[in-house]
Amino acid sequence: MSIPAITIQKLAFHYPRSEGVCFENFNLEIQAGERFGLFGPNGAGKTTLIHLMTGLLKYREGSIRLLGHEISRHPKSINSLFGFVPQDFSYYPELSPRENLAFYGAWYGLDRKQIKTRTDELLEVLGLSDVGDRFLQSFSGGMKRRVNLAIGVMHRPKLLFLDEPTVGVDVQSRHNIIEYLKSQNKSGTTLVYTSHQMEEAAILCNKIALMDDGKIIAHDSPEALMQKHGYEDMEGLFLALTGKRFRD
Amino acid sequence: MKIWKDYFWHSQVKDSGIDMRILKATIIKDLKILLRDRLGLFLIFFMPILLVIVITSVQNSTFELVNNNKISLLVYNKDQGPLGAALTEGIRKIGLFRLQVSDTTQKNPDIPARMHDQDALVALIIPAGFTEYIQNKAEDIASRALKDPDSDSRNLSPSVPLPDSLQMYYHPVMQATFRQSVEGSLRSAVQVIQGQAIVKKLYEAVNQKEIPQDLEKQILFSQLPISEIPVSRSGSRTVPNASQHNVPAWTLFAMFFIVISLGGAVVKEKNSGSLIRLKTLPASYLHALYSKQFVYGMVTMLQAAVIFVIGNKLFPLIGLPVLHLPKDILGLFIVTIVSGYCAVNYAICVGVYARTAEQSNGFGAISVLILAAIGGLLVPSFAMPSHLQKMLQVSPLHWALEAYYGLFLEGGKLKDIWMNIISLLVITGLIQLVTLYGLKKKNLI
Repeated sequence: MSIPAITIQKLAFHYPRSEGVCFENFNLEIQAGERFGLFGPNGAGKTTLIHLMTGLLKYREGSIRLLGHEISRHPKSINSLFGFVPQDFSYYPELSPRENLAFYGAWYGLDRKQIKTRTDELLEVLGLSDVGDRFLQSFSGGMKRRVNLAIGVMHRPKLLFLDEPTVGVDVQSRHNIIEYLKSQNKSGTTLVYTSHQMEEAAILCNKIALMDDGKIIAHDSPEALMQKHGYEDMEGLFLALTGKRFRD
Repeated sequence: MKIWKDYFWHSQVKDSGIDMRILKATIIKDLKILLRDRLGLFLIFFMPILLVIVITSVQNSTFELVNNNKISLLVYNKDQGPLGAALTEGIRKIGLFRLQVSDTTQKNPDIPARMHDQDALVALIIPAGFTEYIQNKAEDIASRALKDPDSDSRNLSPSVPLPDSLQMYYHPVMQATFRQSVEGSLRSAVQVIQGQAIVKKLYEAVNQKEIPQDLEKQILFSQLPISEIPVSRSGSRTVPNASQHNVPAWTLFAMFFIVISLGGAVVKEKNSGSLIRLKTLPASYLHALYSKQFVYGMVTMLQAAVIFVIGNKLFPLIGLPVLHLPKDILGLFIVTIVSGYCAVNYAICVGVYARTAEQSNGFGAISVLILAAIGGLLVPSFAMPSHLQKMLQVSPLHWALEAYYGLFLEGGKLKDIWMNIISLLVITGLIQLVTLYGLKKKNLI
């Protein structure tokens, strides 16, 4: 029996002074090898959940296990198990992609040879070879997103968290990013992905969870959910389950 | 353990502690970012150099005031007798003033306007009847003294009417201590004139003839000389110049001003996505802080080295007094490294607690200015009020300055200043504790 990539049991969390979303008795299981999408309107709790799973936020009740390991018991070394691609650009714009990858590679514990090999490989596959030594300040949004992604997968993680990795990029960059993520998944990386782009759910994810107000309101494959609720597209399903009122 | 090996692409990262490879990569990253920030480098190196040159030049002009840059004094002598002129000559002989004797034909001169016109800082009005008053007063004292030698001088009532007093006008830019020094010089000149008149009258009354000039000079001008000897541990009698006083002090100020760039860099990293990523990596954020301590510690050392070399080599070429480096170079190195380490830790502490770069820059700059003020950089610590004398012990700049002065001014060695170094290290330790508390509280480590 394979170990689930992520197991969340009876999780309780709320921000100080009751600001933002809160979780009560929250449960979720993501199997290894899945391309799991977390979808929901603004304020549904997607980013909070990812921050809890990556240890950026601390919880007091319940448990979160990554690949069988309780994250609260392994505060730092467990971070080698996963990669994280935050929504904000998280690199040093004063450095080139190659220099950023060298720095973050060292923080992942890679040696010089591994860093060199992996950097060349990632720059090539993400179409950044020609600009690998240019400073990131001059890059387009799509190129910056690809560098942001490259840093997150530098250490070949078995579990990859992606918080809206395609926001603000053109169609070509989005296509390339999604294809790259699919290829990573084929080689064994479990993907946990959040986005507002519902069409990406159908293209990329083989399992999704629709979240609202800190709760999972639907959880299955995109096809099964559409069939169950009688919708032919993900956007219709999304609006039907989460409503049409503004979420700011 | 098998599952860990399955999922680790590597397993070199330690659970805790500092990994030297990570630290090295972080130092390289910080160095590259620093070296590519041309404006930041300009501010870090050029501005302190400019500050030290300007402050030393300004302070040097005060040091040299008695020699070259004399104080401009406008004398308006209303007295028609010889003693008004003698007083003017006496003031000239003091050597502190550049005298401008005004036209005495004008009855009511507009002194403030004349001071502005002639660019004078001080004006002295010798009243009409000054000679008559001094001579009458001397005669009166002489006759009273000869009549009753045992009489108490306190019982003497002035029998001579006072003319208008000597009036000293001064420009409001003159600070109190400076003004008192000018007033003291003028008072001593008046004292000489008065003493001379009394001695003459007494001699004439006793001997019925004029006092010989040699005797008069011996009575009035044969004061025991005062030799000025600077306290020195090395036995050197070299009088400290403006550079010895100012360069170490303002070098320290420049080192602590690293808070502007380093505090800002910590806040920038905290507020950018970089920190979110670093927090999800398997190494401690302390690597980032240790790297900054190293890189910016080197910057403070370089700042000090550049400023000391400029003081030693460039200052004589631009007309400023040379900065004599202490003989104990090891002591100088240790004080500089400990001061730089303290400055860097202070900057990191400010960066950890500040939420924005504006907060870090504003608080950092003002707090360093306050620490400099209570540390004795702006006003010597001995001249401070007693409640501030207690406060200065909490300023790292005070201990660093005392250590530098021990080397630069007193010619001391490391053994003479170790207490200052220990105090500086204790304050640095306290700053680190406050920083660690902030890091824990903000979930950064």
